[in-house]
Amino acid sequence: MSNGILVFVEHRQGVINKVSFEAVAAAQQLGASLGQEVTAVVLGADAALANEVTGFKLAGVVSAENPKLADYTPDAYADAFEKVVRAREPQYVIFPHTYLVRDFAPKLAARFGKGLVSDCVRMKAEGGAVTFTRRLFQGKMDADVVASGGGAVFATFQSGAYRGDQAERGGAAAAVESVAVEVGEVRMQPEAPFQEVKAAVDLTKTDVIIAIGRGIKSQENIALAQKLAELLGGDIAASRPICDAGWLPIDRQIGSSGQTVAPKLYIALGISGAIQHLVGMKNAGTIVAVNKDAEAPIFDIADYGIVGDLFEVVPALTEEIQKLKG
Amino acid sequence: MKIFVLMKQVPNKDAVLRVRGDGKWVEEGDLSFEVNESDGYALEESLRLKEKKGGEVVVACLGPQRAKSVIKDALARGADRAIHVVADDFAQAGPFAVAKVLAEAIRGEQPDLVLAGLQSDDQGYGQTGVIVAELLGLPHATIVIDVDYSSEQLRVKRELESGWYQWYTMQTPALLTIQSGISQIRYATLKGIMAAKKKEIREAQPAIAAGEGEFQTVERVYLPLKQKQTQFLGDGDAKKGAAQLAEKLRNEARVI
Repeated sequence: MSNGILVFVEHRQGVINKVSFEAVAAAQQLGASLGQEVTAVVLGADAALANEVTGFKLAGVVSAENPKLADYTPDAYADAFEKVVRAREPQYVIFPHTYLVRDFAPKLAARFGKGLVSDCVRMKAEGGAVTFTRRLFQGKMDADVVASGGGAVFATFQSGAYRGDQAERGGAAAAVESVAVEVGEVRMQPEAPFQEVKAAVDLTKTDVIIAIGRGIKSQENIALAQKLAELLGGDIAASRPICDAGWLPIDRQIGSSGQTVAPKLYIALGISGAIQHLVGMKNAGTIVAVNKDAEAPIFDIADYGIVGDLFEVVPALTEEIQKLKG
Repeated sequence: MKIFVLMKQVPNKDAVLRVRGDGKWVEEGDLSFEVNESDGYALEESLRLKEKKGGEVVVACLGPQRAKSVIKDALARGADRAIHVVADDFAQAGPFAVAKVLAEAIRGEQPDLVLAGLQSDDQGYGQTGVIVAELLGLPHATIVIDVDYSSEQLRVKRELESGWYQWYTMQTPALLTIQSGISQIRYATLKGIMAAKKKEIREAQPAIAAGEGEFQTVERVYLPLKQKQTQFLGDGDAKKGAAQLAEKLRNEARVI
């Protein structure tokens, strides 16, 4: 019989990734709906970090320890987490949908003959049955997914799906259970993480961002957006495909692999709004979207939208703003 | 060196999607399809590795007959041959089932390297490569943005979040999932297109039936709920929309 919910708490170089607290909030909510206890799982060389999560309302914290867990590798993490799951036989295992989780959790789930219900945006528990909702087609569709079959259900939640500050704190500190786990051969050797040469532009400090996507069609057309940016005293930015094509340097990229920004005004030109882009800008004050496709997901989070050809809209908008500014 | 590249055909990025009659998937009849973006980069990286190290590039693809267009395009760009696991009913399959089918299709070939895109643009589970690696007993690295195989050792640069990166030295054989943008993708030449006609495409049956041992089922597909009330401006008239927008940005949102 399966019991309880496990939630994975991620850390990097001794610092807990705050997205983990969102996963804790998700797991607590699931636990409350199902009447099940939530236990946090921290992997590491020692128990140092486990003590940082004992303040949450949890049945306990499992600190799975092995010297091989000092540096992250998918082999060591999958081995260690597998031991924890086999020992505790949880009903659900909840993760934040981070790059690290994407790297090892599918391997873990595969050892139980299944995949992850990955990148969920919400869930609903009714009468003991849980429906997970995830985005399909780069955010154009939602899908309700039901997990079936025996054993643990492994699910990951998208950043922002739950709020970390709503993770419940507990009265007494949750007890830490240190477990020495066996880890087999580790077949990859990590070097120290690094940042590329410091970004030349810090888009997090700017008030106005004009962002371009595939709809801009060619590098020459960027001048259109540039002109609007200059007029508004803003900076130009882009979605990933534009930087991949080399039309703008990578330090102009907004999204999960680029910068996360929250300017006063964000104007998205020809950006469809894939999840990876939205997570980087959805907290902007006012969001404007110009796109030919009325169903583009960018409109889901836009305050103002113009469905139309950006090559008509942008020159007209530039002209109108020029008039307003006198 | 024998390099396998896992490729998937997905609906066009610009496709307007409609929910199918049974509410469980999208209507595929009126869609056009293309190669999954990051799989295209995985192919490119495979071809570059072959150019440096010699050997062959083999495409493995699971999908209905229409997926042949992705395979033929890959052969025209320089892949040497292909295995097409033909199945009409895997569009909604979970990541484990898809990975199982692909792993069984290439297991007997004993690849030196397997490359895949980091996730699909339709289902977007982002797991196929990692599960294939587990099923084949290979070490893996995900979200790879650079591959250095100039010496005997395979070194890969992984993308972490927020502009951080990390190099890993991998034991081989290994599986890598490739991030879009790792390199510029080549075009197929006329010569390549002609040569592709003579290349082998072996058809195979999936090792398991669709739905067999499935642990996640798509119950319902629908347009996402709006998170914000968007004011749509201009009503199709670009000039009018631009004028209304400028006015609203100044007087309503007060941001310009």
